[in-house]
Parts: sequence; C-alpha cells; structure tokens
Amino acid sequence: MKVNVYVTLKPGVLDPQGKAIHHALEGLGFGGVADVRAGRFIELDVADGTSDADLDAMCAKLLANTVIENYRIERP
Amino acid sequence: MKTAVIVFPGSNCDRDMAVALEQVTGRAPAMVWHRETELPDGVDFIALPGGFSYGDYLRSGAMAARSPILRAVSDAAGRGVPVLGVCNGFQVLTEAQLLPGALMRNAGLNFVCRTVPLTVANSQSMFTASYGAGEAINIPVAHHDGNYFADADTLDRVEGEGRVAFRYADSVNGSARDIAGVLNDAGNVLGMMPHPERAINRAHGGTDGLRLFEAALGVLA
Repeated sequence: MKVNVYVTLKPGVLDPQGKAIHHALEGLGFGGVADVRAGRFIELDVADGTSDADLDAMCAKLLANTVIENYRIERP
Repeated sequence: MKTAVIVFPGSNCDRDMAVALEQVTGRAPAMVWHRETELPDGVDFIALPGGFSYGDYLRSGAMAARSPILRAVSDAAGRGVPVLGVCNGFQVLTEAQLLPGALMRNAGLNFVCRTVPLTVANSQSMFTASYGAGEAINIPVAHHDGNYFADADTLDRVEGEGRVAFRYADSVNGSARDIAGVLNDAGNVLGMMPHPERAINRAHGGTDGLRLFEAALGVLA
C-alpha cells in the first residue's frame, strides 16, 4: 500500500526557501504569485494492514519535526 | 576526567573536538561510533561534534538523533552528565528533544563561514562560568542550518530561565532573538552553533573557545 506524507512548515514559520523560489518565479516574469511555501513529499510503501496510529507515529517521531512542521497523511 | 566524542557517519569536526578535549584534560577522549549502544563506563563529559551527520538527510541532525548511541547520551544527560553539542551536534540535540526549538535554513540561504562576535548571555552556567556577564567574545561559525526557531512562549520561557548561553552580536543567520547557544533546564546540556573547538589556540586566530572547555571540564585557571 502506497501512503503519501506531506510535510509542510507551520503557518508563521519563516520559509527562506519558499521566499527564494518566489523571487525566482518573479524573475522569470510570473507575476501574481502571492506567496510560496516549500515542503517535503514522502512516499511510503507499507504493509496493507498498517494502522493510522502507526503512520501517525512515523510522522510524529521522524518524518516531521513538529516544532516547525505539520504533516498530512494521505491513504489510498 | 573521562570524555567522549560521538562520531556519526558524516561528522567532520570530531577530531577537532578531540584535540580540544585532550588539550584541556590531558587525556584523549573515547571516540564513540553512532552504532554503539553504551558509553564508556564513568564518562564525565560528552561532546556531539559538528559536521553533516547522515548527509543531513531528512533534516539536519534528524537521523543522528534516532541513532542507537543517542539513547545512551539521553540517559546520561538525564543523570546530569554534561553534554556539549556544537553545530550539527546542536541540531542533533534539538532533534532529540534534549533542547528546545529547531535549527532551520539560514535566513539569507547562504552557508555562513566566518568568525562572529558573540555576547555571553549567561555567565553562570557550567559551560560559561569562565566568561564575564555580557562579555564579547569571538568564535567561528560554519553552517547552513543555524537559524534558531522556537515559538514565542518557548523563547520567553528559555530567556526567562536564563537558558540563553550566547547571542550573536550581529545578525548571522536570522536566529530568533539572536540566540546562538541554549542550555537545557538542568543546565548540563548546551547546544551552540559557533565552534569553540576552533578557537583554542592563538594560531586559530583566537582562544575564546578554550575557556568554555576549561569551565566545563572543571579545570578553571
């Protein structure tokens, strides 16, 4: 079973990389972009019976640093 | 005085740290590989060195914080054994939740590698007792992810408890409240981005880092 994990910076946490990407988009002539936030996408291939609790623990214990990041788990 | 340096794949300041510890204690530290599950018996001081442990995969310090030896380091810290994390070692200590906050990409996105002026914010800790309160010192930094972040409540608490050890005198990396080094609540764990082990000899351009080791290792001149 493929599970998608999206790790994003919490609102309010400054994202220098997102800012740089934003500037680069503007430099390429793409106007009208209000903001850019960069995150991380992780694809897990796990056993079919893997519980939500286990997936949540994987995110909380390793995949995301909950001091600065939120995560969202997407099951098939 | 028995010291140990934890070595991860990708550590690159472990030998500099060993030189500093040996210079001050007269005894070479044990170099402890990340796969070990126990520290040498009777270890009095543990250092987590700078570098790029596990290639900075996932997040700086994230993999190292989950390595087998960190459980032993965490236990030792809980027993009151002094633990010093420098640069990547600081990142490891925050990822291991032995220190509050997190270290993010530098605000300017550049790798910063130069000697920077610091202010000693707490001169009462076991690591900083050899400095004067508010003393200005110069220590080199070399990092990409040194931008200290914690939520406002955490920052207020850490500051209120006098746990900010060092602040940058000038803006270096965007760190919240210019924090360059933080202590745990018991005061026996210090994480700092600047490299004191790179300022222990006049040939380094300064010796301001030496006094940190002298204080922490109990051989104050």
